[in-house]
Amino acid sequence: MAAAFDPTQDPAPAQRADRRAWRRLAARPRAVFGLAVIALFVLAALLAPWISPQDPLATSWSAVRKAPSLAHWFGTDEIGRDVLSRVIWGARASLLAGVVSVSISLAIGVPVGLAAGYVGGWLDMLVSRIVDAMLACPFLILAIALAAFLGPSLTNAMVAIGVAATPVFIRLTRGQVMAVKVEDYVTAARAIGNSNLRIALAHILPNIVAPLIVQATLAIAAAVIAEASLSFLGLGQQPPAPSWGSMLNTAKNYVENAPWMAIWPGAAIFLLVLSFNLVGDGLRDALDPRHT
Amino acid sequence: MGRFLVRRLAALVPTLFLVSILIFGLQQLLPGDPAIAMAGEERDPAAIAYLRAKFHLDDPVPVRYGYWLRGVLHGDLGDSVRIQKPVTELIAEKLPVTIELAALAMAIAAVIGIGAGVLSAALRDTKWDYAANLFALWGLSTPNFWLGILMILLFSVKLGWLPATGYVSPWEDLRANLATMIMPAFVLGNAIAAVLMRHTRSAMLQVLSSDYIRTARAKGLASRRVLLRHALRNALIPIITLGALEFGTLLSGAVLTEQVFSIPGFGKLIVDAVFNRDYSVVQGVVLFTATMYILLNLLADVAYFLVNPRMRT
Repeated sequence: MAAAFDPTQDPAPAQRADRRAWRRLAARPRAVFGLAVIALFVLAALLAPWISPQDPLATSWSAVRKAPSLAHWFGTDEIGRDVLSRVIWGARASLLAGVVSVSISLAIGVPVGLAAGYVGGWLDMLVSRIVDAMLACPFLILAIALAAFLGPSLTNAMVAIGVAATPVFIRLTRGQVMAVKVEDYVTAARAIGNSNLRIALAHILPNIVAPLIVQATLAIAAAVIAEASLSFLGLGQQPPAPSWGSMLNTAKNYVENAPWMAIWPGAAIFLLVLSFNLVGDGLRDALDPRHT
Repeated sequence: MGRFLVRRLAALVPTLFLVSILIFGLQQLLPGDPAIAMAGEERDPAAIAYLRAKFHLDDPVPVRYGYWLRGVLHGDLGDSVRIQKPVTELIAEKLPVTIELAALAMAIAAVIGIGAGVLSAALRDTKWDYAANLFALWGLSTPNFWLGILMILLFSVKLGWLPATGYVSPWEDLRANLATMIMPAFVLGNAIAAVLMRHTRSAMLQVLSSDYIRTARAKGLASRRVLLRHALRNALIPIITLGALEFGTLLSGAVLTEQVFSIPGFGKLIVDAVFNRDYSVVQGVVLFTATMYILLNLLADVAYFLVNPRMRT
């Protein structure tokens, strides 16, 4: 059977809108800077075994708490490990935590929000109340409690951050679906006999992607800080594996005689989070239809 | 007003009920037997038997929840396994320290955030506006535990102006108390100042483009007076409401800040409880925090209702 004519399916305008959004994003120097820095961190994380000058776990009792030098650009830590190598390897934990946590939030939040917003009624009421209850627990405190009960590890920290950040995605998706489902093209899709599932997935979801991308980018920034916070508290990446948060946890005990131990991992967190925030802000402006 | 309050209070009940299920459910995440997990490293059989009986661990989960909820409704959040004190007592002990820290942080955040927001909106698209926006980005991107360490490095180690860690009660020595609290309060207020700055900027820009501001300017009022008496006064309503919602950020931030500066507050209580596997304390603190957050939201709604006449029609 030939494919039925569907007036709501026209990919060309969507592609044009995507190109326009990319052009607008590329015209924002701050967002481009953010993208470039994120790309550098991703490259550093991927190429860590080849570019890090030393083994991040190798200790040296003759090089304990050495100030930055040509041999150790960022200095060494309390057991003689190279801080630069640990910062480079630490990018893996932070980026992984950012991406995996937000993927968990998206994987749970978008389908649940889509169902609540589209179906409405008792399902919406139940989901909204659960979201209210989860949002009542401050994000980091909920993540700490979850990580505490699940046990300290990077995987559990990612699960805890992902679950704690989910209600924001449910609420955002639900709100967007409720705004979109009354649009004419959804009514048209329904009138030509599309199933509810197809309407939700093929007609509503693509039209709510923009705010989700913006939120996901900003949520990665929050997740990177949250992972660093949990590792700082000892609930994330466990020693001796390198993580910026756990490096800072150790560094706070040596502020007086080895400040470089605190400066570099903190600067790395700051730079990565700043970059995701810049890209998130840029995306929000670029994807805002009022700019067209 | 009465009907609004009743409606809002009625909406709180299911939320609080679900919060209680969520927090009780945390215990179910413990791998293996919760009694063994709670008994700690020694795994003393007597302690395990005591915990099993105390938490009704041989009963089905809904029955256990019923027992737990009954205790909560009677103000019993359980006892700390390690300190052997009721959780409510521990919260009451630690809370004033965190409230002081949070209040100081909020005051610092309000002065910096609202000030920078007003400046940024009044001088839109100037270097001051860009500087204020950069400040907001800095605030939102800086992990507060890192900022804390940097401040200790500068003000305690290099300059020797302030104590690096510790806490002195204000009733004991107010001066020493402020000396120990000013750095943590600034660290905690930094991120909230950034949020307040962004809210103030957008609220002020909205108000500054309204007709009554144009009228006030047309009457020849000094621009400072227009800005502060006419514009800021109206812009403050949403800012205060949104500020109340930053309570969660304050408490989350306090956990880390208290850890960096060794302040014996609410945040340190939960972290110590986590490491001592004192799960009743963790549950109690999260439940208390969530309840406070819900009540503050309610207060913010009531305040908004009271100051915004349009909501009353």
